[in-house]
Amino acid sequence: MAVNTNANSEAGSVVRATNRARSRSRIHLFRIGEEIPKAAYAIIAAASFIIPIALWCYFTYSGKANSLVLPTPTRVFTAAIRLWQDGTLLPNIQISVYRIGMGFLFSAILAIPMGILMGAYKTAEAAHEPFVGFVRYVPVPALIPLVMVVAGIGEPAKILLIFIGTYFQMVLVVADVTRKVPKDLLCAARTLGANKFQLLFNVLLPATLPGLMDTCRTMIGWAWTYLVIAEVVATDSGLGFSLIEAQRFMRTDELYVGIFTLGFLGIATDMMFKFVQPRLLPWAETQRS
Amino acid sequence: MDEPILRLEGLTKQYPSKTGPITVLEPTSFSMDVRELVSIVGPSGCGKSTLLHIVGGLIAPSGGSVYLDGEEVTDAGAERGMVFQGYTLFPWLTVRNNVLFGPKMRGVKRERRNALADHFLEAVGLQGFKDHYPKQLSGGMRQRVAIARALANSPRILLMDEPFGALDAQTRTVMQELLLEIRSREKTTTLFITHDIDEAVFLSDRILVMTARPGKIKAEIKVPFGLERSDELRNSIEFFKLRTEVHNLLHAEGQAVVDAEIAKGRDN
Repeated sequence: MAVNTNANSEAGSVVRATNRARSRSRIHLFRIGEEIPKAAYAIIAAASFIIPIALWCYFTYSGKANSLVLPTPTRVFTAAIRLWQDGTLLPNIQISVYRIGMGFLFSAILAIPMGILMGAYKTAEAAHEPFVGFVRYVPVPALIPLVMVVAGIGEPAKILLIFIGTYFQMVLVVADVTRKVPKDLLCAARTLGANKFQLLFNVLLPATLPGLMDTCRTMIGWAWTYLVIAEVVATDSGLGFSLIEAQRFMRTDELYVGIFTLGFLGIATDMMFKFVQPRLLPWAETQRS
Repeated sequence: MDEPILRLEGLTKQYPSKTGPITVLEPTSFSMDVRELVSIVGPSGCGKSTLLHIVGGLIAPSGGSVYLDGEEVTDAGAERGMVFQGYTLFPWLTVRNNVLFGPKMRGVKRERRNALADHFLEAVGLQGFKDHYPKQLSGGMRQRVAIARALANSPRILLMDEPFGALDAQTRTVMQELLLEIRSREKTTTLFITHDIDEAVFLSDRILVMTARPGKIKAEIKVPFGLERSDELRNSIEFFKLRTEVHNLLHAEGQAVVDAEIAKGRDN
């Protein structure tokens, strides 16, 4: 009997939804917070790439642009193929991805537990947050000389720099994510007989997972930034290094190859998160981002 | 009469504020018998929810004590199951695992646990939804699971804090009937907070009316409708009389709340 009532009210909402769709025969593209048709979204998104590319083609092939500043798409494309075939692009990608991966991994391994503790216990917050608040305002490039003194110019130095760049941001965001876990969930768990240990591991930790995923996604973006900073300053490998090399020898086409590669790797990482998230956490409320 | 299952003695609560402590709850005492359903009604901010949270062990009282089966309680515990106004299901657990949560935390054996889950999901009419996640459920269904989850711990008493407050009117009446059904089947003892007078009259054996803040119990009204109640009861003269009685008691308090707010606004 009770289930029936629910079914009725759900049927009602379907009817309302179709009515709404019917009354909205005209398409409004500029209504704050309103959805737009999927097709319109796709067209606009595609245009946001196609228009700059078209402009690029127009200015370069017509000879209107200085080819040293802006080479033709053909030159950039052939440069990409050349770099791939002579075996410089892939190793650069590999070493950069390795540095990001390691720096980010260390940062996440420390920042996630620390952030959760800071969000859960005021004691942990007092012990770490003021310190983090201080360090995170020191610009990462200002630390490069010190990092080189401490860790030299090898791989550990780059990984350390990415770690410093992401850890101090990440730990604060994780603490915030933890603090945003509804108190009522914890109260409910307590009245169900959960002890302190269970509150932490069976309630607080799973409740933070969607927020942690979002945090990692944002932080990977930061990691790319610090990677390039690290590689521009002192290395003989990596995508950042390839940018500097291209600039040094005025090979603008290779410069664009490096920039596009970074862009593609970034968007690939993001898509990976978007793909993994709903499969890993099917229960999480989906939010558009 | 047996010993009361729940006894409150001089329970008070003050909160500190910049202008000195604010009293939310004046000394409050009452007791409940086994299988009773007692409602507390009062204007918003009267401390009825605070009172329930104190009984649940989620807030420490400033004074007084809570006794369950004659023993003082000071912390939250599984023997006082709670259902909250907001949706408090664990979103990462399926309906079934939400219901299993309490028994699992307490280390109840797997077979026994599963039997409990099946039993209580059936009691709230949601066997067909056991593998759903909370986000797939309507508000009413979520509260059904929350009730099943609290019951699966076999609590001595069920504490309900405006559990149907966020639901639409139709769903709410259905949920009230469900609660009565569960009550007669599971023989629960329930302390129920609401500001909905009809709900209090329809469900309760006894209604405690609270004053505006600082809250204290102003009146006790016995509801003589017995255990079997149907929807038609809502249209009876007796129901209407009791409803009016509670309404009149509360109306003065509601006026007091509004007057106090206006006076406060003028001071600022």
